[in-house]
Amino acid sequence: MSKVRGTINAGNITDKEFFYGHKACAGCGGSIVVRLVLKVLGERTFTVIPAGCMSAVGFVYPQLCFANNAIISTFAGTASMLSGIAAGAKALGLKDYHVVGIAGDGGTADIGIQALSGAIDRGDKIIYICYDNEAYMNTGIQKSGLTPYGAKTTTTPAGDNIPGTLTQKKNMFEIVAAHGIDYAATASIGYIQDFINKIQKASQVDGTSYIHVFAPCPTGWGAPLDSAIDIAKEVVDCGLWYLAEYENNEYTLNKNPKKFTSVEEYLKKQSRFKHLTKEDIDRIIISRDKKWNLIRSKWSC
Amino acid sequence: MKNKAFLSGNEAVAEGVRLASPHVIAAYPITPQTVVVERLAEMVEDGRLKSEFLHVESEHSALSACMGASSIGARTFTATSSQGLLYMAECLHYASGGRFPIVMMNANRSLALPWSIYGDHRDSLSQLDCGWIQIYVEDAQESLDMVIQSYAIAENLKVLTPVMINLDGFVLTHTYELVDIPQKDEVDKFLPPFETPYKMDLENPKNMGVSSSPSDNTEFKFQQHKAVLDAKEVIKEVDDSFRKAFGRGYGGLVDAYLCEDAEFIMVSLGSTTGTCRTVVDELRQEGWKAGVLKIRFMRPFPEEEIIEITKNAKAVGVIDRDISFGYEGTVFTNVNSALSKAGANVRSLNFIAGLGGRDISKESIREAFYDLREESRGISKKRVKFLSLGVSIDE
Repeated sequence: MSKVRGTINAGNITDKEFFYGHKACAGCGGSIVVRLVLKVLGERTFTVIPAGCMSAVGFVYPQLCFANNAIISTFAGTASMLSGIAAGAKALGLKDYHVVGIAGDGGTADIGIQALSGAIDRGDKIIYICYDNEAYMNTGIQKSGLTPYGAKTTTTPAGDNIPGTLTQKKNMFEIVAAHGIDYAATASIGYIQDFINKIQKASQVDGTSYIHVFAPCPTGWGAPLDSAIDIAKEVVDCGLWYLAEYENNEYTLNKNPKKFTSVEEYLKKQSRFKHLTKEDIDRIIISRDKKWNLIRSKWSC
Repeated sequence: MKNKAFLSGNEAVAEGVRLASPHVIAAYPITPQTVVVERLAEMVEDGRLKSEFLHVESEHSALSACMGASSIGARTFTATSSQGLLYMAECLHYASGGRFPIVMMNANRSLALPWSIYGDHRDSLSQLDCGWIQIYVEDAQESLDMVIQSYAIAENLKVLTPVMINLDGFVLTHTYELVDIPQKDEVDKFLPPFETPYKMDLENPKNMGVSSSPSDNTEFKFQQHKAVLDAKEVIKEVDDSFRKAFGRGYGGLVDAYLCEDAEFIMVSLGSTTGTCRTVVDELRQEGWKAGVLKIRFMRPFPEEEIIEITKNAKAVGVIDRDISFGYEGTVFTNVNSALSKAGANVRSLNFIAGLGGRDISKESIREAFYDLREESRGISKKRVKFLSLGVSIDE
């Protein structure tokens, strides 16, 4: 458990590092998520990472990069392995610990969704973090269920006939909430304090919690290496991502921009969207506005 | 004090699990395994069993959860069958590679397609190479006893390998027998709590389930192989101490019946062995020198025992409730490998029987012995023969 009482912030967060010496690409958003989650949860944390970038860069024997307990799960088995650890820890009578899983978008919204659903259904005392970089990056930028409309990936190439990805992002936050989960939130590494607050909140939930955090992948998105945080801020400011929470059967919007920044500006900075036409961008904006109308009319803002 | 009860194979397994007191049970229902988890759920409900019971949404998650619990040093149990075993196939290999001493019951059942809920060994034998210790039991008593023995084998620090206990679907899982249920305190003495330094520990953190590069992978796999080979001795030691504690044992890797002077030996797994013994008794009365060799462990494979026991036989038959399409039964392949490595000059025939729950009759086993006798007289028989085959074939 973290020694800090009250709110953790940049001033009082521990100097200890729990994820270092790994081989992630320069500017990796996912590794920022892992680092931050573990700094907030502290050393008495069992960490499960499925097959994917973070296990590929952090667990190569004998260079093991986690200072706390950590294990790789099967790709589909993040949540079920978390459940097993939580059940085992309870049966063994362990005290004062966290059980956290950190999986990517494919590991969460596609192959891992069944096990995640089962864990939420049981109300297992686990924290599940989905770091969303909007494609299968470890295998080389293939489309996942969380790749947004229009994005070019190696399995949704943009050409004369198809403008990249044709599907919308699965709505994982609300899919998870629809289970009646104890706590769910969206976050972005562009809004670090908000993310820290949510990790802290999740750690205090007596049940299952889920945080879906937007975590850019400069390598896969064709963006400058130092841009992950800026992109992650901009996506919230332009309304293509939102910061929200679900608890006690209610949705709350945490940040309600009075005016959105330019969607086109956001898209054009990333080569995965470079091919989009004005019509494509208009379609994205229409879809954004529809979503925000729903959010603003139904959620407490 | 003896405590006897009339139990099915499934219920005997549940009693064994209760006595072994796992910390975590994670299971998903599938016919004909369901009764095991139903009984365990009842025991948890009424307090006879203090386990965390996870109602997982699939077999993949069942084994994944067991691995999670095992990774922090908890004792775990799951049970499955057939399609469920294959659904967890990824986790089977993961569990043995991670050296998690999980104990699992598998109700042997045919694999789709065509769908069949009835028994054969194609499910577990298709996973023979998954790195688990594989036991095939014959009756309800052996089922109960081997649950207890399995934890002692799996959790031995020289072994640290998961164990799969196979019961023939329906024939064993659903057949009732009088079973002696050991006392809990005696089992506790025989099977102390699992202690291992190889776990995630809050006071001594570890990274587990690692990736490897080509420079290390072979060493991991060699140690895994060695652990299963080392299990041969541990299996015998555990059976010996079990016999001392409870007054019955099973002889380790194999169980040979009237094989000492046998000219014709039939090799079998699981519940088929009982029918084979009856046929052998009859044949003995008719003047034959016949015997049955029950393979109790398919992994580690009882190579030395098979070679020793069959060394004076004229012909060896292998009954497989399995077929590796385009070749032969998997047990036959394994037995022949042992015989050929020893340079044994014994003839061997394969009998494919009992697929998808078809009865293996005394008559068909007798027919198999006749084939062995003819083969030994130089009359060449079909090397792989389907017993009681109902479709016409060109001979």
